[in-house]
Amino acid sequence: MTVMIQVTDLNKRFTLHNQGGVSYPVLSNVTFEVSAGECVVLDGRSGSGKSTLLRSLYANYKPQSGQIHVRHEGELVDLVKAAPRQILSIRRQSLGYVSQFLRVIPRVSTLEVVMEPLRALGTDRETCREKAAGLLRELNIPEALWHLAPSTFSGGEQQRVNIARGLIVDYPIVLLDEPTASLDADNCAVVVSLIRQARARGAAIVGIFHDASLREQLADRRIPLASPAKEKAA
Amino acid sequence: MTNPAMAMTQEDLAEPLLKVSDLRKLYAPGKGVDGVDFELWPGEVLGIVGESGSGKTTLLQCLSGMLTPDSGRIEYTGKQGDLLDIYGISESQRRLLLRTDWGIVHQHPSAGLRMGVSAGANIGERLMAIGERHYGTLRSTGESWLREVEIDTARIDDLPRTFSGGMQQRLQIARNLVTQPRLVFMDEPTGGLDVSVQARLLDMLRNLVVDLGLSVVLVTHDLAVARLLSHRLMVMRGGKVVEQGLTDQILDDPQHPYSQLLVSSVLTP
Repeated sequence: MTVMIQVTDLNKRFTLHNQGGVSYPVLSNVTFEVSAGECVVLDGRSGSGKSTLLRSLYANYKPQSGQIHVRHEGELVDLVKAAPRQILSIRRQSLGYVSQFLRVIPRVSTLEVVMEPLRALGTDRETCREKAAGLLRELNIPEALWHLAPSTFSGGEQQRVNIARGLIVDYPIVLLDEPTASLDADNCAVVVSLIRQARARGAAIVGIFHDASLREQLADRRIPLASPAKEKAA
Repeated sequence: MTNPAMAMTQEDLAEPLLKVSDLRKLYAPGKGVDGVDFELWPGEVLGIVGESGSGKTTLLQCLSGMLTPDSGRIEYTGKQGDLLDIYGISESQRRLLLRTDWGIVHQHPSAGLRMGVSAGANIGERLMAIGERHYGTLRSTGESWLREVEIDTARIDDLPRTFSGGMQQRLQIARNLVTQPRLVFMDEPTGGLDVSVQARLLDMLRNLVVDLGLSVVLVTHDLAVARLLSHRLMVMRGGKVVEQGLTDQILDDPQHPYSQLLVSSVLTP
């Protein structure tokens, strides 16, 4: 199976210069691969670096050393060394990310929010609208809300809009950071179904799920993370 | 992560649009621009952030051909692919560039508008400067741009001093974009405007940048504006660039002590 993500000897620490220079390591020599059609779940206690790793896979966080290769246009590209415009191109076409919370931009309607990533690929408005509508319907966002900006929506509604936006493009690689944290059981099931569909079409998926049963349902493989400090103590 | 959408540019330029090498312009030690290097590519919005006195406005003035640097080079790739040394070409060539291929949006609209002539005349000026004489064309272009920046076309013959601050700012944008520039310099484009007016203007800028494939150098002290509009950020302090990179990475995982200070100081409502 095609390798879509290849992480080699990844190290990440946080140094808080304005708080006495306290520095703590979070990721220590992390190495793993993810292939197309796999759903890999990051396992570990709170603070073990799961979100840090996921954000690093999106080039949102900057590692101190190591390589993060992702497949883009047939080649493996190292995100750690890539120029900003290349990273943006990779995010546009090959790398999707669903965060835990929706970042709201004033004045932009729910439909536009969801359509945007597909529009960015040059897809015509009508096709984008149809796909966005389909996803919003599946995620139980009433049509009456589609022309409103999501700023006044409930946390769960905002998150479902966020998920729709994150999945409207069929990214070859999908990163999910606690996508179901604010969702009820019914909507959770919808999201699980969407994730399974993505995997079925060959996406490589890396996810963090706080719910143990979700991890059971979705994981083809687990990657355990342990905080380096704890490792040292052990 | 919501990145500003980037225009898919048809041309695949092997050269960056703007290339700045070891730029210096100092008023006093640490005040001004003290050795700045960067490249700007087509369709990119580069945000320059930093506190007062960091040198960001001086940098913008040097970049936009308004202030001759002490040393260093600024090279611009023209429409025909020709590389121009901005301070190597003549004053009149620089002025032509500023009126056609480039735009400047000032913080105070009065600095970028002719307050004594009509809105329509403001928009038409750059077209006339490059030879457009046909009244009908000038009028219709004026009207279509007023629509584009959401100003009632009935105001085309009104003087800018009768407009609100937000409208004046939108007029300034229209005035600059009428010649389809490839590179626009903006200095605190939403500074001093009410928040609701700001939101509308930012929305417009976001869309125009993508629709027109603009490259932008944007100076702002407002990190929220930087996050919304820019693809890349440069953090300036004491005339130097202390950190640069992808906007969301700089704001979410700042490495340099000063970047960390800047980001942690921002209040979120």
